[in-house]
Amino acid sequence: MDYASTREEALARIAAAQDLDALEALRIEFLGKQGSISGLLKTLGAMSPEDRQTVGPQIHALREGVTEALAARKAGLEAAVLEARLANETVDLTLPAPDAPRGSVHPVSQVMDELAEIFADLGFAVATGPEIEDDWHNFTALNIPESHPARAMHDTFYFPDKDAEGRAMLLRTHTSPVQIRAMIEQGAPIRIIAPGRVYRSDSDATHTPMFHQVEGMVIDRGIHLGHLKWTLETFLKAFFERDDIVLRLRPSYFPFTEPSVEVDVGFALVGGKRVLGGSGDAPGHGWMELLGSGMMNRKVIAAGGLDPDEWQGFAFGVGVDRLAMLKYGMDDLRAFFDGDARWLSHYGFNPNDVPTLSGGVGTAA
Amino acid sequence: MKFSLSWLKDHLDTSASVEEIAAKLNAVGLEVEGIEDPAAKLAGFKVAKVLTAERHPNADKLQVLTVDTGDGQPLQVVCGAPNARAGLVGVLGLPGAVVPAGGFELKKSAIRGVESNGMMCSTRELELGDDHDGIIELPADAPVGTAFADYHGTDPVFDVAITPNRPDCMGVYGIARDLAAAGLGTLKPIAVQAVPGSFPCPLPIRTDDPEGCPAFFGRAIRGVKNGTSPQWLQDRLLSAGQRPISALVDITNYVMLAYGRPAHAYDLAKLSGAIFARRAVDGESCLALNGKEYTLTSAMTVIADDAGVHDIAGIMGGEHSGCSDETTDVLLEVAYFDPVRIGETGRALNLTSDARARFERGVDPAFLDAGLAILTELIVEICGGEPSEVIQAGNPPAGTKVVAYDPAMSEGLGGVAIPGDRQREILAALGFHADAQWNVTVPSWRPDVDGAADLVEEVVRIHGLDNVASVALPRVDGVARPTATPAQKLERKLRRAAAARGLNEAVTWSFLPEAEAEAFADGNGGLWTLANPISEDLKVMRPSLLPGLLSAAKRNSDRGAAGLRLFELGRRYLRGTSGHSDERLTLGAVLAGEKTPRGWATGKAATFDAFDAKAEALALLAEAGAPVDNLQVMGEAGAQFHPGQSATLRLGPKTVLARFGMLHPALLKQFDVDGPVAAIELFLDGIPAKRGAAGFARAAYAPPALQAVTRDFAFLVDSQLPAGDLVRAVKGADKANIVAVRLFDDFRGQGVPDGQKSLAVEVTLQPAEKSYTEAELKGIAEAITAAAAKLGAVLRG
Repeated sequence: MDYASTREEALARIAAAQDLDALEALRIEFLGKQGSISGLLKTLGAMSPEDRQTVGPQIHALREGVTEALAARKAGLEAAVLEARLANETVDLTLPAPDAPRGSVHPVSQVMDELAEIFADLGFAVATGPEIEDDWHNFTALNIPESHPARAMHDTFYFPDKDAEGRAMLLRTHTSPVQIRAMIEQGAPIRIIAPGRVYRSDSDATHTPMFHQVEGMVIDRGIHLGHLKWTLETFLKAFFERDDIVLRLRPSYFPFTEPSVEVDVGFALVGGKRVLGGSGDAPGHGWMELLGSGMMNRKVIAAGGLDPDEWQGFAFGVGVDRLAMLKYGMDDLRAFFDGDARWLSHYGFNPNDVPTLSGGVGTAA
Repeated sequence: MKFSLSWLKDHLDTSASVEEIAAKLNAVGLEVEGIEDPAAKLAGFKVAKVLTAERHPNADKLQVLTVDTGDGQPLQVVCGAPNARAGLVGVLGLPGAVVPAGGFELKKSAIRGVESNGMMCSTRELELGDDHDGIIELPADAPVGTAFADYHGTDPVFDVAITPNRPDCMGVYGIARDLAAAGLGTLKPIAVQAVPGSFPCPLPIRTDDPEGCPAFFGRAIRGVKNGTSPQWLQDRLLSAGQRPISALVDITNYVMLAYGRPAHAYDLAKLSGAIFARRAVDGESCLALNGKEYTLTSAMTVIADDAGVHDIAGIMGGEHSGCSDETTDVLLEVAYFDPVRIGETGRALNLTSDARARFERGVDPAFLDAGLAILTELIVEICGGEPSEVIQAGNPPAGTKVVAYDPAMSEGLGGVAIPGDRQREILAALGFHADAQWNVTVPSWRPDVDGAADLVEEVVRIHGLDNVASVALPRVDGVARPTATPAQKLERKLRRAAAARGLNEAVTWSFLPEAEAEAFADGNGGLWTLANPISEDLKVMRPSLLPGLLSAAKRNSDRGAAGLRLFELGRRYLRGTSGHSDERLTLGAVLAGEKTPRGWATGKAATFDAFDAKAEALALLAEAGAPVDNLQVMGEAGAQFHPGQSATLRLGPKTVLARFGMLHPALLKQFDVDGPVAAIELFLDGIPAKRGAAGFARAAYAPPALQAVTRDFAFLVDSQLPAGDLVRAVKGADKANIVAVRLFDDFRGQGVPDGQKSLAVEVTLQPAEKSYTEAELKGIAEAITAAAAKLGAVLRG
C-alpha cells in the first residue's frame, strides 16, 4: 500500500477543511473507531513480525502526521474564529468612560493638619475649647478686665445669656481662652496648639466675622523670649518649607502677654503676590505682620491655676486662613466660606495628600 | 497717631533720617503704619512766573498765559483762574506730574483749540488747603524754576499705631522720649512757665464727683480774640490729620496732640454760676460738639454749671458753651477723669473721641498744672487776653508706683543678658528711677507698668528685640510622640474618607438667619441667638450643619452647577448644662442635582435618591468606627426630611448616629432650592468609643475550612413590611449557620397579589466541621421559613 500518497491526500483534505465541523468529520473519517487509519492500525495484529517491522512504522507515521495536521488545522481554525469574533467586539474607546466624582479637603482643614504635624514634632498636642465662651475665659482670665480698653479692640459678638455663674456668654474672639482651659485641665509643663473658629464683628475685604486662628502655648520652667523666637522661626520655616524665612520682632501690647511681641515676616513681591522669604529690608522686599505673641502674663498663668513664680511660658496666635492664603495663593478670604464647588475643587486638596514630615507637610501645586 | 517730622523735632534734637526714625519707631514698639512724604506728591510742580495773560480766543472764562519756568523758554498754558495775571508767581504742574487731589496725570493738550503745556494750581489741587477760588499766589521773590516741593518745605508725616497701653505716646512728646531713650537723639525738656493770674477766677470751680473727676483745674482768660490760627499751628494740626477750626479750639487740640493732655475751653459768657463736675441725672441730655444729642445716666460724669450740662466729661464738649469767633472770655478746663468711668461712659454712649482715647487709657496725673500753663501761654500769645488765677479743685491721684525688679530677669524672661548699668540707663531715659536695690519708681505717665515683667519689656524693647537670640525648646529623646486624641484622629480620617468618596469639603458660617436656624431647631433646648449680630443673615448659631450646606447648594445651583456633593465637618451648637453650650462634632452632607449626567451608555441624567444618602451615611459611619452592622434603620429623621424617604440609623432605639434621606419639598422651597436634594447628617458624638486597649496585632487569620453555601428564598409579604425586618428575621433564624443575608429582589406586579410584594434574599451558610447534609439544609430552610412566617411572610413556591 502506498502510505505516502494516503498521507498526502489526508493532509490535503485537512488543509482544505473550512470549519471546525468539517475538520471534526475528517478526524472521525481518519482516526475514529471506524476510521481509515484506525483500520490500518488494526491490520498490524494480523501481520507477521517481519511485515510488522517494515509496515508498522509507516502506519504509525501516517497516524502521527494526520493527528498533528488535525491539531494544527484546529488551532488555526479556532484562531480565525476568535479573530472574527473579536473583530466584531470592537468598541470605540474614544468614547468617555464613566466619571468618578472627585472630592477635596478644604484648605483650612489641610493647613490645620499641617500645623498639627509640625507641632507634634516639637512636642505640642492639639487642644480645643468651646466657641460659645463665657467672658471670664475669653477676657477676664486673660487679664482683660471689664473696663479694659482692650475689650474694645475685640469686636465681640455677645449672647443675651449668662451662665450659671453669671458670666456673659459670647463668641470667643480668639483661641486664647483655650490657654486657660488647657492649663486648668492639664497643668504644667504643657505644650499645646489650639486651632479653631473665632469670631469678630468685622467685615470687609480682608475680614470676615468668622475666621480661624491657631493658638500656641508652652509653659515650663525657664521658658523665655528666645524660646518663643526659635519656636516661631522653626514653625514658619517648616510650614513654608523655606530656610530663608526671616522674622522681625516688634514690641507690642496684648493684655495676656508681657513682654508682648508682634512678629513680621519678610516677603518679596513676585508677580503681584507676596512670597515669604528673605529680609523685609532687602531690595524689592517688605515686612508683613503675621503673628501676635509674647511671654505669658503672670496673671494669666495664675488664672490657669499655676504658680507664676514657678512657671513661665509663651503664647502666640496666628490666622489659619491667612497662613493658607500666603502659602497656597488665595486672595479672597470671603471665598473660604462660600462653599463654591468650583473654588473648592480648585483650592481644595486631594484627600490622599496627608501632610507628613517625611514627605514635606505642604502639597505642591 | 500722625505727626510731622518738624513737630517731632520740636521735642527731639536729632539728625536722624526719616528712614532711621521709622525703623527705630518700629523697633521700640511704635508701629509705623505709613509715612507720607509730601515731596513725593509734589514731584513735577515748579515755582513759575506768569509773563503774559491774554484772553482765550474761543472761551470767555479762560486765559492763555505764557509762563516762565526758569529755563528761559516760556511755556504756553491755558488757565481758568480769575486771579491769573501777568506778574503773578505761582505753581505750575508740568506734563507728567500727578495732581495730588484727584490723582490724574497732567498731559500736554489743546484746550478749546489752544495748546496748553501744564496747569497752574490752586492750594486745593495740591492738597495744601481748601482754597479753590484761584491759583496759588506766592511772594513775588519766590525763586522761579525751583521745585515747588523744595520751596514749600517738605515735612514728612509719620502715621504711628499706638497700642492701648501707651497713653504717654498719644502725644508727640512721649514719642520723642521713647526715641531719645533708644538713642536717636536728645529729648528737649518741656519749657513750662507758670503764667500768673492777674485777677481771681470769676467762676467757682469744684468737683462734686471726686470718684469720676478727682481733679478739676481751671482758670479764665478774658479779652481774647478768637480767629484763624497761625500757619505753624495749622500745619501741625493738618499733619496730624485734624482740620483747623479756630485758634482757641486749635490750641487745646495742639496741647492734646503734643503732650497727650486733653483740655477744654468754654465760652465764659455761656456759663452761669459755678462750673463743676458732677454725676449726670438719669435722662439728662447733652448736645455734643458733633451735633448729636446724648441721653445720660447717673453712672456718667459731666461738667455742668448751675443751668445744666456743658460737657460729657473727658469725652466731648457741648455745643452750647463751645468757643466761637465771638468769644472774648474763656474758661479753661484741665481735669483728671477716672479711666474706667470714661471707658464705660464712652461705650454706653457709643461715642469715641481723641479725648476719650487718652482719658480712658490714663493721662499723666502729674501734668495738670503744666498742661494748664502751656495752654494759657499759647492762648495769650496767639489770642491775647488776660489770665485769671488758677483754681485747683480736688487732687489727681499720685500715679507713682514702685516695682521691685531683678536685672537678671532680662535674661530669664526676656532671653537677653543686659548689664545692670545699661538697664539702669535705659530705665532712666524713659523716666524710671532704679535705686541701689533695684526698687524702680515708675513715672506718672506710665499707668501700664506695674510689674517686673513690664520692666523687662521696657529694657528689652529699648535694647532691641533683634538682640534676643533664638534658643531651641528642649525636646524629648527619640522620635516625636503621637499627640492626636481619638476624637481628633476620627475627625481627620472621616474628613479624608468623605473627600475620597467624591465629596467636596466646605466651611460655612457658624451662624444662620433666624428662620433657617428655626427650621432645624428641633429638640435641642433652644437656639443661641446673638444679641449684636453683624447682620440678620449671621444671627443664630447653627443647630445643624444642613442649613448652611443647603444655602451653599443654592448658590452653586444659581451659578449653574448641575450636580453637587458637599460636606462639612464641624460643630453644631446646642444648649448644655449650667448655661454653657454643648458643641457637638457633626458631619453634614448634601447631594443635590445630578448624580450622573446624561451619558452615551447610561442614557438620561440620574438624580440623587435616598439610597445614595444611605450609602454615604453607612460608609462614613463605618470610616468613623461605628458598628454599622448593628445599626437599625428607623424613622423620625425630622420634619426637614421627606416623611416617606428618610430614616435614622440608630445604635439601639435611642442613640441616633445619623439621619439621611431626601429633604422635604417645603424646606427646599423655604431655602429657594430646586429639588430634589438628598442630605446626610452624622452625629459623631454618639459613636461609642472602642473598648479595650488598642494593640496593633489583628485577630489571627482563620479562614473556614469548608466553602460557604448559598441558598435563595423568595417570600410574599405585606407590601408595607420593611425589607430590613425580613432580613433581620432571616438572619436570626439560625445564628450558628447563617453568616450573611442579602436582599436582592423587591418585586410587585404580575404573580404577586395586590397589597403584597415579593422579597428575595440570598442566604449564606457557613458549615463548620463538615459539609451540610440534605437533612441539615432542609432544617435550616425550615427555620428560615418559620422565622419569616412570624412576619406574615409566605415562601413562594
